[in-house]
Amino acid sequence: MTFRKYLVLAGITVFSTAGDSLLARGMKQLGSVSLHNIPSLLLAILNPWVAFGIVFLLAFFACYMSALSWADLTYVLPATSLAYVLVALIGHFRLHEAISPTRWVGITLIAAGVGFVAAGPSVTTHPPVENAHMASQATVSHEVES
Amino acid sequence: MNDFYAWAAIGLIILASTTGDVLLSHSMKKVGDVGELWKRRGIFAVVGRILTTPTFGLGVMAMSVAFYSLLFGLSWGNLSLVVPASASLTFVANAVAARIFLHERVGRRRWIAALLVAAGVVLMAV
Repeated sequence: MTFRKYLVLAGITVFSTAGDSLLARGMKQLGSVSLHNIPSLLLAILNPWVAFGIVFLLAFFACYMSALSWADLTYVLPATSLAYVLVALIGHFRLHEAISPTRWVGITLIAAGVGFVAAGPSVTTHPPVENAHMASQATVSHEVES
Repeated sequence: MNDFYAWAAIGLIILASTTGDVLLSHSMKKVGDVGELWKRRGIFAVVGRILTTPTFGLGVMAMSVAFYSLLFGLSWGNLSLVVPASASLTFVANAVAARIFLHERVGRRRWIAALLVAAGVVLMAV
């Protein structure tokens, strides 16, 4: 894992957070969409908040695809879940929202999960076939830190 | 009835985004390290190779289903129900799917990470 790769993971976190909050804001302006007018969902992208959100989600997607090209899905997903913590902390320190004890526990759990996966190998390397049965017994030792 | 729509949307989000994640991860592993490819052949080679990978298109389709399910769900349910419920269950579903379809080694470390994150996401919403 190089510094650039950590930057890409950070990009996933930041862009998805920004994109999701913009989308949520736009959809709240549009109100409830019923099953009878699903086509109106297609028009949702005309709302500026939704459109802006989509731009951020595209940036997220580029970072996400890049990360998936050199790391496992089960590495990338937990490693980028700090986004949830980010949203809560922004709310707490910038918008002065109260964080309940349960939410602090949630933040701690997510951070612990991120630490757990980030400390491990980022990609599964498949050992040569003749060693496959041994590898399944010693899963971690055959994974290579990249 | 709103609750029913919200949970239907959540189920659809989980199914579609897990399918999408698996297909996209599979495509990108076939493309190879895009950083390396960009350095050697340029950005157009990267984009070209990604777009000509058949599973990439399918993955993007699955992701757009998930995206529109999210918009649908957000318009019915609370942000604080739809996003954490679908996100936390997607972490678990992805760990299972990555193990089965992508043959990733989901060892104890990754299971613990997926479950911690899933539990944390739920608690954030309480």
